[in-house]
Amino acid sequence: MKLYCLSGHPTLPCNVLKFKSTTIMLDCGLDMTSTLNFLPLPLVQSPRLSKLPGLVLKDGSTFLDKELKECSGHVFVDSVPEFCLPETELLDLSTVDVILISNYHCMMALPYITEYTGFTGTVYATEPTVQIGRLLMEELVNSIERVPKAQSASMWKNKEVQRLLPAPLKDAVEVSMWRKCYTMPEVNAALSKIQLVGYSQKIELFGAVQVTPLSSGYALGSSNWIIQSHYEKVSYVSGSSLLTTHPQPMDQASLKNSDVLILTGLTQIPTANPDGMVGEFCSNLAMTVRNGGNVLVPCYPSGVIYDLLECLYQYIDSAGLSNVPFYFISPVANSSLEFSQIFAEWLCHNKQTKVYLPEPPFPHAELIQTNKLKHYPSIHGDFSNDFKQPCVIFTGHPSLRFGDVVHFMELWGKSSLNTVIFTEPDFSYLDALAPYQPLAMKCVYCPIDTRLNFIQVSKLLKEVQPLHVVCPEQYTQPPPSQSHRTDLMIDCQPPPMSYRRAEVLTLPYKRRYEKIEIMPELADSLVPLEIKPGISLATVSAMLHTKDNKHVLQLPPKPPQPPTSKKRKRVSDDVPECKPLKPLLSGSIPVDQFVQTLEKHGFSDVKVEDTAKGHIVLLQEAETLIQIEEDSTHIICDNDEPLRVKLRDLVLKFLQKF
Amino acid sequence: MPLALLVICLTFTTSSPPGPALTARVPASLGGAGQDVGRSCILVSIAGKNVMLDCGMHMGYNDDRRFPDFSYITQNGRLTDFLDCVIISHFHLDHCGALPYFSEMVGYDGPIYMTHPTKAICPILLEDYRKITVDKKGETNFFTSQMIKDCMKKVVAVHLHQTVQVDEELEIKAYYAGHVLGAAMFQIKVGCESVVYTGDYNMTPDRHLGAAWIDKCRPDLLITESTYATTIRDSKRCRERDFLKKVHETVERGGKVLIPVFALGRAQELCILLETFWERMNLKAPIYFSTGLTEKANHYYKLFITWTNQKIRKTFVQRNMFEFKHIKAFDRAFADNPGPMVVFATPGMLHAGQSLQIFRKWAGNEKNMVIMPGYCVQGTVGHKILSGQRKLEMEGRQILEVKMQVEYMSFSAHADAKGIMQLIRQAEPRNVLLVHGEAKKMEFLKQKIEQEFHVNCYMPANGETTTIFTNPSIPVDISLGLLKRETAIDAKKPKLMHGTLIMKDNSFRLVSPEQALKELGLAEHQLRFTCRVHIQDPRKEHETVLRVYNHLKGVLKDYSVQHLPDGSITVESILIQATAHLEDQGTKVLLVSWTYQDEELGSYLTSLLKKGLPQSTS
Repeated sequence: MKLYCLSGHPTLPCNVLKFKSTTIMLDCGLDMTSTLNFLPLPLVQSPRLSKLPGLVLKDGSTFLDKELKECSGHVFVDSVPEFCLPETELLDLSTVDVILISNYHCMMALPYITEYTGFTGTVYATEPTVQIGRLLMEELVNSIERVPKAQSASMWKNKEVQRLLPAPLKDAVEVSMWRKCYTMPEVNAALSKIQLVGYSQKIELFGAVQVTPLSSGYALGSSNWIIQSHYEKVSYVSGSSLLTTHPQPMDQASLKNSDVLILTGLTQIPTANPDGMVGEFCSNLAMTVRNGGNVLVPCYPSGVIYDLLECLYQYIDSAGLSNVPFYFISPVANSSLEFSQIFAEWLCHNKQTKVYLPEPPFPHAELIQTNKLKHYPSIHGDFSNDFKQPCVIFTGHPSLRFGDVVHFMELWGKSSLNTVIFTEPDFSYLDALAPYQPLAMKCVYCPIDTRLNFIQVSKLLKEVQPLHVVCPEQYTQPPPSQSHRTDLMIDCQPPPMSYRRAEVLTLPYKRRYEKIEIMPELADSLVPLEIKPGISLATVSAMLHTKDNKHVLQLPPKPPQPPTSKKRKRVSDDVPECKPLKPLLSGSIPVDQFVQTLEKHGFSDVKVEDTAKGHIVLLQEAETLIQIEEDSTHIICDNDEPLRVKLRDLVLKFLQKF
Repeated sequence: MPLALLVICLTFTTSSPPGPALTARVPASLGGAGQDVGRSCILVSIAGKNVMLDCGMHMGYNDDRRFPDFSYITQNGRLTDFLDCVIISHFHLDHCGALPYFSEMVGYDGPIYMTHPTKAICPILLEDYRKITVDKKGETNFFTSQMIKDCMKKVVAVHLHQTVQVDEELEIKAYYAGHVLGAAMFQIKVGCESVVYTGDYNMTPDRHLGAAWIDKCRPDLLITESTYATTIRDSKRCRERDFLKKVHETVERGGKVLIPVFALGRAQELCILLETFWERMNLKAPIYFSTGLTEKANHYYKLFITWTNQKIRKTFVQRNMFEFKHIKAFDRAFADNPGPMVVFATPGMLHAGQSLQIFRKWAGNEKNMVIMPGYCVQGTVGHKILSGQRKLEMEGRQILEVKMQVEYMSFSAHADAKGIMQLIRQAEPRNVLLVHGEAKKMEFLKQKIEQEFHVNCYMPANGETTTIFTNPSIPVDISLGLLKRETAIDAKKPKLMHGTLIMKDNSFRLVSPEQALKELGLAEHQLRFTCRVHIQDPRKEHETVLRVYNHLKGVLKDYSVQHLPDGSITVESILIQATAHLEDQGTKVLLVSWTYQDEELGSYLTSLLKKGLPQSTS
């Protein structure tokens, strides 16, 4: 069992597990933090961005000034943003049999894998994962494609050139692997390879392995996966949550008795309490609006936004915000809001109960009905007519590098009345803001990450008791910025095995058994013997058939009847064809009884001599000698086959066969 | 009169030795109300587990006969003790109508499984039905609203394809059935034995639902409905065109069209059909949908849109098919309005409620039409008029003469004969059992199934028990060492293998004989034979040995024959040594020594050598 680690990002994993002749990719997360090195893509021509000075290297050379721009001491690539792909060279990805997706955030690299590597397998994911994953991809493609950029910078990626650049560009890894965004046809092709699955559905892979998605409690349709054979169980825990938000609660019980538990996707903000953050979010929002400012919330079009809207639904009236317009701008805003209402079966119990009434599970339906929340595909069109300030705007992308959020950063950045509130934890907010500096607008950081924290992890591990834990190396040491916080790491016994990007781990496991089926006819023919109380044995000689990784034992074919024709009279001349193995023997021969038996069978001249280890029984007339010891018997005789066979059978009477 | 309960029992008996608990026979037995469409309630015993499939009521009766007779079970104790679980296939009352009676009045506290939409809609229909029965007809001894609520608390909702572990051995799994919103087929599995119960299903996608689907799960028994056992229905499109034509003609000549439906199910499909037709033809006659359920019903369809067909799911963000422009809520007073109209009214079999009221008002006018879009059970007004009766005796001995046109259009989403055969082909069951159909039609289908698939097909009567024997293979654990030893060379070729089966505390492990000895802490007892074979050969010993070697090498081509430096010969693990005869120089003595494991070869070698050596050619 081997684990190939293709991504170094702990919350956007991409691993490949080789398990019992199957090759299973676990998630294909796309590391988008690379886009932070690029200039934002403005929807409307931005004089500020276009006037940024080009980079002058320390030696005064300016050959990069078209590609790299400087803004408040930071250097940015002036090009279409690019993403850091999972490793594609560590193993031949066309040999991947299946891809298991744990949640919609962890499938963003799917088109790169399915469309560029010769992949011919199947992808498994739940319906909400696929639908919302599609929305995220659509939004991504849309927000990049609608701002065509003439130039594509590549000179800076040259290793010799990169060395000369200031940090962080100098230290950016695998820049040659960075790729531009995929296109919608590629997204559609990738999604067409997905097969929908439900929680606790057992899916057979080639008869060798069974995979099962379990609710992970983090997002609509988010799953952990059990990968097991009859004897080994690997749990893949990725992006799980124990907080009660909108999704179905996490299924912990089914993770028990794992041989290996692969743990990824823990909270990125282990020190922040999501509930507290939501409170801060609301109060900052209210304060800004009351002071006449606007609030910008850079966010993904699905996920935490549902919870934020629900909080605001309860909060706005009491906070006196009922007249403030809330806008949700995204090419997929409408779809996201609609889809959230139809996945009743994937929701927590409270929300399910509402559907039974029947009422929409999320209160944003009411916010829309009462016109408090309005959604638009983009800032163009209807929005520009309806736009009223002060207001609250939810829009993407959280990296602040593309999407409608860029427009509002440029529009509102100069006024200290306005506030941008960061709720998504995927990007460092300071890095996200860097190309907008200097900013007058207030910045509030309320990251809401509902995924497991380290206290919850240690409780979980205690409860499910896996034999081995495997996790990204980041989880085996305290965060670099808080090196004294030894509580912010995974603590378990035995210590977790850690991996980093481009590493191959050999997972410890001992497989000792396999399932085999005994056909009823064969079972009928078996003769069990009770050897010890409660333990019976039966010797089995049978034909082994193996097909599709399944083993079956059948009755052996009957030996062909010895030909009766006269020509083949000398049957004993035929060399025995196969070697019919005789069973092993066990037990010991009580000499006295054996001698009695011999005498009963007509041997009259039996003589017994004692030796150091046992006895020798002599049959004088037959010139035969039988050495009997504790665990061996040796019959030495003349070539008298009937005699030998007779003695053999008498000895066998005293022994057990295996 | 049909008996009350359809019982299928799959019970295991362990056969006598040889193998303790190794050979299990599975007699499955079925008894009960099979050949009847009125009400579904089936009891299955499989490997010691008892599962009740559906808990329906008979719409044709108003007395005790409408509920199944659970005394079959209760005579031996409590329902909860006997049943491991109850499964409800869909929300139609002939499949779930007796549930509150069963759980609250007879008394059952175990789990009841159904899909989410069924769980949502079932209590509404039960309450609706209770109101008609108790409030309108004034019947007592019926379940109450509170009982419906308490009953629903015992329901566990399941996802499609989710494997639900009822207990350690019993698992169930739901498949899409396409009959109504949330309708499911269920696989019930214990160990290697399994049963699939289809409930009602539909193998052709319609305007709002997809087609039933099941994988090749090879159950021991497939229990399938057979409502349309003999019908091979003409194409869906023809039926739709026919329906629209009839509605259109009636409306054109100023008549009123009554379409009795159940609030959820066919109603939505026909609404979609009429809505698009009205839009296209620009028709003005009003379409009404009776009962307050309409809006609510459509709401369920909106929220459970993932259970509808592909097309509706794909387009729902742009246009929700369940928001109708032309179809409006019906008010009782509208029935007397002059002019044409189309009214969808519940219930679907004209046995009570609003549809029956409207029918009584309109029946006398030959310009009007009633279209029955689904099956009607015996005893209902719907069944009577469909079988040609035109004078009906209503309550109070009043005679109602039916002059309006009566049309039957099979829109109810049951599988027809073709669909049933298709499902059997998909699932590949070893036995088929037909229920929920009429005896004559089922007989025809039974023959067809037996001919085409060569599987046993049963069609038990009500109360009858069918026993089906299965012959499961026995799963055991084989040690990887033993398996690899056997599959090392060519995994695909069947080969003979030897092992020892250890049976301990119900666990079966197949290991190599050596490992079995070791595990039991036993020593091997080696049995060895040494035979003296006399050979006439005056040559020197080593020459004799060489001759023996060449001889054996020539005869035993497939064996490893070796001449060792110390002068001995081995054939596989058999040792041959030559010594001179003490008295006779012309005779050599060959000592052939082998263990019991090489018995055949050893015995063969001695007899071969006894015949002497061939004359050397040299």
